[in-house]
Amino acid sequence: MMQALARLLDSDLWWSFKRSPLTVAAAIAAFLCIAGAVFAPWLAPHNPYDLAQISLMNSNLPPVFQKGGSSEFLLGTDQQGRDILSTIMYGSRVSLLVAVCATVMSMLIGVTLGLVAGYVGGRVESFIMRVADIQLSFPAILIALLISGIGRTVLPREMQDQLALYVIILSIGLTGWVQYARTVRGSTLVEKNKEYVQAARVIGVPSFRIMLFHVLPNALGPVLVIATLGVASAILTEATLSFLGVGMPPTQPSLGTLINEGQNYLFSGEWWITIFPGIALIVMVISVNLLGDWLRDALNPKLR
Amino acid sequence: MSAFVKLEHVSKAFDVSPPWLNRVLERKPRVFLHAVSDVSFEIRRGETLALVGESGCGKSTVARLIVGLYKATSGRITIDGQDMRSADDTSEAARALRRRVQMIFQDPYASLNPRWRVADIIAEPIRTHRLITDRAAIERRVAELLGCVKLTAKDGEKYPHQFSGGQRQRISIARALASNPEFLICDEPTSALDVSVQAQVLNLMRDLQREMGLTYLFISHNLQVVHHVSDRIGVMYLGRLVEIGDKRQVFGAPEHPYTRMLLDAIPDLKMTGKARTPVAGEVPNPLDPPPGCAFNPRCPRVFEPCTRERPELLPAHGREVACHAVTRMARAG
Ligand SMILES: Nc1ncnc2c1ncn2[C@@H]1O[C@H](COP(=O)(O)OP(=O)(O)OP(=O)(O)O)[C@@H](O)[C@H]1O
Ligand SMILES: [Mg+2]
Repeated sequence: MMQALARLLDSDLWWSFKRSPLTVAAAIAAFLCIAGAVFAPWLAPHNPYDLAQISLMNSNLPPVFQKGGSSEFLLGTDQQGRDILSTIMYGSRVSLLVAVCATVMSMLIGVTLGLVAGYVGGRVESFIMRVADIQLSFPAILIALLISGIGRTVLPREMQDQLALYVIILSIGLTGWVQYARTVRGSTLVEKNKEYVQAARVIGVPSFRIMLFHVLPNALGPVLVIATLGVASAILTEATLSFLGVGMPPTQPSLGTLINEGQNYLFSGEWWITIFPGIALIVMVISVNLLGDWLRDALNPKLR
Repeated sequence: MSAFVKLEHVSKAFDVSPPWLNRVLERKPRVFLHAVSDVSFEIRRGETLALVGESGCGKSTVARLIVGLYKATSGRITIDGQDMRSADDTSEAARALRRRVQMIFQDPYASLNPRWRVADIIAEPIRTHRLITDRAAIERRVAELLGCVKLTAKDGEKYPHQFSGGQRQRISIARALASNPEFLICDEPTSALDVSVQAQVLNLMRDLQREMGLTYLFISHNLQVVHHVSDRIGVMYLGRLVEIGDKRQVFGAPEHPYTRMLLDAIPDLKMTGKARTPVAGEVPNPLDPPPGCAFNPRCPRVFEPCTRERPELLPAHGREVACHAVTRMARAG
């Protein structure tokens, strides 16, 4: 453990990390967002979904720096008296959960299909890559909308809110696999022709073992970068769906749901209900994106 | 002795046509590159056959055909009487045969998986063919194999990038030996190494052959190396075998003008001080070989039938040669 840490501190990656102040700032911001989200039940000042804790007495309080604000509710409250900071933390938790699960799903689908397409070749490859091309010619949000729409029509009404989380993970997950498939197919094609793969074939190693143990570990390099950027874009897609009202329900709101609900009060003066979740969303997406960009550059020897 | 490895009229054509859509739109025909045409030879048990020839003449393709990495377009390859199948064939017979045939590749930097420990690399054939299943026994066997190629058991813990080119090639040899093969195909095993390391690896291979009675197909374009290791020599030109015979005969009295040209290009093996003549002319485009004998544009002894008729590989002066001039002389004399 200590050794691994020492190696990390000594590595090129750490060196290029330290050299870029923007990346350090992004890392800190991302860390705060993620920690705040993951540990929301312990860190949040209030539990906004515990009816015993909220009181209509506190409704529509402005943030602390405005006249009438209270230090108990740093970012103000909504019309039901819920603490905005806490709803943001709980909301980020949902957003992050959806984004990470959807990214993992995209990654599993994309890496598997890309590996098989690249290694097997022929018709299997043509079929997979044509499907990928077709899917790529539609905007991601349209496909996510389509899949979540199908999910909504298929499921009985009373289960929709309960299963919303799974439907949205599925719809975002099925949208994002193309990039992984293309990238992994490309590096598989390169690795497949290297002599160590041919040596394994000569030895008589079965194809699926060659794919799994020889090609895959050597083809995974760029996947980490895509996955990081993928999380950021999944957060955005989820927020868009929720903002449009086809994502997370108000009983289990994500950042997108919060922004959607808050915008109704924008013109009556309670701007904080929608603006603060919006800022949280932007900070989260930008910081994760910056980290992904840095990772891409740092891992790409040609750009050094 | 009877033949251990036997190639009968083996050909391999690569389809290098443009994609289907382009072919249809631009009305282009299909294009085939005949990398290996009608090659037949035999290797006896315990013998080393060397294949030589200029770059692109199809040596590696022959090697890949024999181990099953490519499927022959026509012809038959048998090893110890059994048909060699494609490398992806999972039938029991194919697996059993695959254990007995191994290959050493040209590039020691590409032929070892960079993410595997050396011990796992060497153990892969053992695990794949379930030759040994006990963990500790596998470890002992790997250590023994590392010893065979003059590395230590501790080297097994390292990764390939921690070794030099010569050491890596010895790791490749250890991996190839792991399944107790009888036939090793070496595709330019030393061409990526510098001269002193070359000698080490070659001597190691020769010692191993003596100890284990291995049969080698040795591919190289370095004639001095070939002279050092081989018993018999096959000379290839543009996908065809043009001369094959005993090393002493082919080197001592080359018959085919192409063999002569190759031998004249190296410093004299017996150091008689004969001036070296560089190889003249260029290899024709393999997509569009000249009619008749493919060597005719470069041949100093070219005469009328050479541009018309392809010479057959026929016995002459104790070896086999495919050359009109040689056959005519032999008939006349
Ligand atoms: N997979 C392939 N697809 C198409 N053409 C190929 C393929 N492999 C080899 N060729 C062609 O076949 C011919 C013979 O190639 P091969 O690699 O067997 O030559 P070689 O004698 O081993 O040459 P070298 O000494 O450079 O290794 C070449 O013209 C090459 O371009
Ligand atoms: Mg070659």
